[in-house]
Amino acid sequence: MELLSQTWHWSISGFLIGLVMLLLIYFGKTFGMSSNLRSLCAMTGIGKKIPFFDWDWKSQRWNMVVVVGAMLGGFVAVHFLHDISNVSLHPKTIEQLSLMGIDEPNGKLLPNSLFENSSPKMIIILIIGGILIGFGSRYAGGCTSGHAISGLSNLQIPSLKAVIGFFIGGLIMAHFLLPLLF
Amino acid sequence: MNLLKYLLVGFLFGIVLTKTEAVSWYRIYEMFHFQSFHMYGIIGTAIATGLFGIQIIKRKKLKDIDGMPIEILDKEKGNARYWIGGILFGLGWALVGSCPGPIFILLGAGFYNVAFVLLGALFGTFLYGLFKDKLPH
Repeated sequence: MELLSQTWHWSISGFLIGLVMLLLIYFGKTFGMSSNLRSLCAMTGIGKKIPFFDWDWKSQRWNMVVVVGAMLGGFVAVHFLHDISNVSLHPKTIEQLSLMGIDEPNGKLLPNSLFENSSPKMIIILIIGGILIGFGSRYAGGCTSGHAISGLSNLQIPSLKAVIGFFIGGLIMAHFLLPLLF
Repeated sequence: MNLLKYLLVGFLFGIVLTKTEAVSWYRIYEMFHFQSFHMYGIIGTAIATGLFGIQIIKRKKLKDIDGMPIEILDKEKGNARYWIGGILFGLGWALVGSCPGPIFILLGAGFYNVAFVLLGALFGTFLYGLFKDKLPH
């Protein structure tokens, strides 16, 4: 039990994520989480007005079931397999964060200053982040699962372009924009 | 029964991503500051595992669970969509520290403010659908 509640080593979790992708291929499907956002939009019936959402989301039901499973997995992991040693960061990272007023983890997955904070500023930041993720992943045709894992392991050049894009955007945000926002 | 296997695969995915802390805002921050190998190790090992498995599938022409030949489609060719879409996605990823999978996982784990991220992501997907034909791909 203790072994399970510690931070899982990258080699084990990386292998298991690769296995999840291969299992979905074996089931005749593809690993990609952001398509579910399109399904959720299509479910509202908006496809009558916007052709992009006029697709057979029911054929994607299996992916919504993967999402429900993932949500249950997250629930079990946080409520039954938590340990105070989790999310141990380099002291330099913690110092850098404290300069921006972001609390250190102490075993938590998310900083309270961002996610337990109902100030309008923080809510707007979360919504804008979401818009960038939703728009960007659909424009690029996939996210971390669809491009970084599925695409790169199938040696797809378009996925390599997208993943380099993810890192350009991420580096700009982490190094230049986050310090301005916090 | 047919859908149960997807529930189990999703469950495994949710536990793994949470317990290896890939759903953590802190880990994404750390990754973009090159202050730990952790996230690179996860993504690298996942790709290596996938690469190995896909090569076996292709060389041995393996069949899927229903006995159909496995076909893995190539991504469409293009430039603007991958670069611009990728950069926009990266900006969001580093800002709120979660990509689409973790958004759902964190909501399931009870971090309710992540619902704002989900709302934004749905709106962003909607905006793409609305402007798709006007965008360079």
